[in-house]
Amino acid sequence: MTLDTATVKADFPLLEREVNGHQIVYLDSAATSQKPRVVLDAMNEYYETINANVHRGAYTIADLATRRMEAARQKVATFVGAPSAAEVIFTRNATEAINLVSQTWGRANLHDGDVVVLTELEHHANIVPWQILASERDIELRWIPIDDQGRLVLDDIDRLFDGASLVAFSAMSNVLGTITPVRAIADAAHDADAIVLVDASQLVPHVPTDVEALGADFVAFTGHKMCGPTGIGVLWGRRELLEAMPPFMGGGEMILQVTKEGFTTNELPWKFEAGTPAIAETIGLGAAADCLTSLGMDAVREHEVSLTAYALRTLAENHGDKLRIFGPSEPASRGGVLSFEFADVHPHDVSQVLDQHGVCVRAGHHCAKPLMQVLGVNATSRASLYVYNDESDIDALSTALDGAADMFAF
Amino acid sequence: MPGLEDLYREIILDHYRSPRNRGELETPPAHRSEGFNPLCGDEVVVYVDVDDERVINDVRIGGQGCSISQSSASMMSAAIKGKTVEEAREITRAFKAMMSIHEHELGGEVGSGEIDGEIALGDLEALRGVVKFPVRIKCATLSWNTLTQGLDEVTAEP
Repeated sequence: MTLDTATVKADFPLLEREVNGHQIVYLDSAATSQKPRVVLDAMNEYYETINANVHRGAYTIADLATRRMEAARQKVATFVGAPSAAEVIFTRNATEAINLVSQTWGRANLHDGDVVVLTELEHHANIVPWQILASERDIELRWIPIDDQGRLVLDDIDRLFDGASLVAFSAMSNVLGTITPVRAIADAAHDADAIVLVDASQLVPHVPTDVEALGADFVAFTGHKMCGPTGIGVLWGRRELLEAMPPFMGGGEMILQVTKEGFTTNELPWKFEAGTPAIAETIGLGAAADCLTSLGMDAVREHEVSLTAYALRTLAENHGDKLRIFGPSEPASRGGVLSFEFADVHPHDVSQVLDQHGVCVRAGHHCAKPLMQVLGVNATSRASLYVYNDESDIDALSTALDGAADMFAF
Repeated sequence: MPGLEDLYREIILDHYRSPRNRGELETPPAHRSEGFNPLCGDEVVVYVDVDDERVINDVRIGGQGCSISQSSASMMSAAIKGKTVEEAREITRAFKAMMSIHEHELGGEVGSGEIDGEIALGDLEALRGVVKFPVRIKCATLSWNTLTQGLDEVTAEP
């Protein structure tokens, strides 16, 4: 099964619009994906036909809303191979999912002298929560380094993992596209008796994902990068860990009993979902999982490997030495995230010129400043691909880069 | 629809390609201040050498950034060199007024949007087009905010 991008594109209303007189060329899906009509319709339908608070009312539409939301949880669980929907905790985004772990599991289990291992690839979302803990207690942060192609250097992990309580790392870099060997790292971490958290924000939307096969204890990802709405993210965790963890935020929904003397927590997954949840967004995420399942995640991955290969080849042919693309050179070992430097043109100026051609790319540090420091740059331009992109989008990017070269020819 | 020619005026590109007063000054006697744009990671370093008469005898610019932030810093250095601290503050106010047309929308300070008629901005007028690209206003004002911070620190010193 291969993707018919023309058909796929037609399902995303935003991609019909023009920007600065050009048909939009959206190449920033690593920041957020566009949304297919089915997701927007599912959210609208909830508001127009069954809007009611969940897990409370006995009336018909409250029951329908509850069932629709919990069906979405099951869809997400199935989509990532979670053994049980009770292990799928909804959060606002991946950042909140990781903070949930640092603030509950971390506070209960990380003590003075403990070690947390991260990698140089990490997004700030998987750095700062651990630095916050490390600022409160004496926790040592260690970093798995990268090589010149942005791949993790694992030669020294026995030493790095020695005495570690937690290994937290990205499954796919949001800057370099590097796909990390999650299973091997998780196994090595478990051999060292460490718990494993995987930031799968870039993996789940693009690569068939089975949380059990990854071998992780926690997996965090977000809805809005996988065709879903903003405001909904996911933490998957192993049941025994989730059950042993203290609650995150306190309030309604997360309790079984409250008296003046205290409270008891609700069962999973609601134990970690205080307050009225993002009902419409959850339902939208369920529709997004359905959408990606119907495209076929194997087909999605195959499409992106082939389009990434085309992009690497075309951009190198057209721009030669002027263009430096960071990250692994082999398309099969990376996602469709292309960070690049173009001549001496600053990424802000590159993206400004590209915008005049209707081409949307990201410029900046991509919330990965430690990685930027390792790469020796302040910022990069980044083009990232998804199901609706095709070769014409790469060609448009290449043409627009010529415009940047003309404008800034030194 | 604003075009790129509104943003990338020739004089801006000239300052970007050949930045004026680039480098460092020995501290002390000069004063060093540093500014960051958290959005893009750009950084600017402003060195000012202010004498007892409150005249900015020398200024140097370090750091790295996009064409707008770098050219703005270059033009700023040329505009304030040899001026008094008070004159430099006046130019800063006039420049920020030119930039602030959109600043209140971004949650920043509210400006009149009018340029003080008494202050001649010279080359800096070329940056007027930046206001049509609100995302870039922070690029243009980075060095000015850093200068203000530096002058505040210099004049606060006993």
